[in-house]
Amino acid sequence: MDAQEIIARRVAQELRPGNLVNLGIGIPTLVSNYVSPDLKVFFQSENGLIGTGPIPEQGLEHPLLTDAGGRPISALPGASTFDSAMSFGLIRGGHVDVTVLGGLQVDAHGLLANWMIPGKMVPGMGGAMDLVSGAKRVIVAMQHAAKGKSKIVERCNLPLTSSRPVSLVVTDLAVIGFPDGKATLLETAPGIGVGEVLAVTEAELVVGGTVPEMKI
Amino acid sequence: MKAVSVEEAVAMIPTGASIMIGGFMGVGTPERLLDEVVRQKKSNLTIISNDAATPGKGVGKLFDAALVSRLTATHIGLNPKAQQQMLTNQVAIDLIPQGTFAERIRAGGCGLGGVLTPTGVGTLVAEGKRQIEVDGKPYLLETALRAQFALVHAFLADYLGNLAYALTSRNFNPVMAMAADTVIVTAEHIVPVGVIAPDHVMTPAPLVDYLITNSNG
Repeated sequence: MDAQEIIARRVAQELRPGNLVNLGIGIPTLVSNYVSPDLKVFFQSENGLIGTGPIPEQGLEHPLLTDAGGRPISALPGASTFDSAMSFGLIRGGHVDVTVLGGLQVDAHGLLANWMIPGKMVPGMGGAMDLVSGAKRVIVAMQHAAKGKSKIVERCNLPLTSSRPVSLVVTDLAVIGFPDGKATLLETAPGIGVGEVLAVTEAELVVGGTVPEMKI
Repeated sequence: MKAVSVEEAVAMIPTGASIMIGGFMGVGTPERLLDEVVRQKKSNLTIISNDAATPGKGVGKLFDAALVSRLTATHIGLNPKAQQQMLTNQVAIDLIPQGTFAERIRAGGCGLGGVLTPTGVGTLVAEGKRQIEVDGKPYLLETALRAQFALVHAFLADYLGNLAYALTSRNFNPVMAMAADTVIVTAEHIVPVGVIAPDHVMTPAPLVDYLITNSNG
């Protein structure tokens, strides 16, 4: 199983029947591959759709039915469409149960930076700040490290996305939560020891007793 | 509402105008109006649109032709030309959160001075803004946005100017249709009055000033 699949499979386990879920681009998009249709999870696309379905077959795309990146998608039976004020009302108003976002850094208190690298990458925050400020649960799905550097840091040196901490971080090595506001190692990836995770994590992680492996 | 040709409509827009443009990554964008803005070389424009789309598509065409001097948007990451024009200071770009973008325009169209949002508190977005506590929770005061023109794309328009939108092409079009002095609309289909049922009208006719005719003549 590759790193992205580990992350996507583990995040998918966090979704509950009937949840309204917003998936960001990148690894978060893969999560829907591991969610059973029986769960009846609603996926929102913030450009104005609840009930997104799979990418349509070539030739069956509709030019007015796209995801937030402008790529063709489909709508499942029972889908609904709305304008952007409604879409972000759903997000900021706490009606979205779970948002899954990518991350550049998450710090020891759960603060997320994921929208800007000053001087290098200034694309704009799009919907990220509203999602982190307003969704009921915020899950970050990202690689544990990039170019050998831990993305779980003591303190973010990149601009923050929100002053509200995230709920959970799922990486290819670990699941990290923030009970009492402190980064805590909740699970390790299959075959990965606690010591291995601690060795590649810049932030100090709380380890309470035996840490179980992800069941994926 | 007056039905006009696309040439007549764009001729009304002066150089240096402020223009809201509907659409999300070019979906729900009035392409015919933008093509004509490029043809008539309306320059020095202040554009308010969710994104810069991609080169050759939607708002991206205005960056291809270097007609924009100021842009308020939420994301320009998929248009390298817009990013380049930002980095070389050809275009002043104000990037704001998407929910805040929608609400500032909605406020502009609804007679509100602005809105209070938790989005951006404690981040770079809060710089220079008033923070107001309500019931112990901090919010940013985000002021209303309006423009001289709104260029809107609908799926259906009737002969009076009632509008309905399709699927994900609705996005910012309805809020922008309320927040500009002059509202110009293109539609995929122009239909007789009554075809859009009252319950299905998303933008009521009195909000529309000009509807672009669909004839080629």
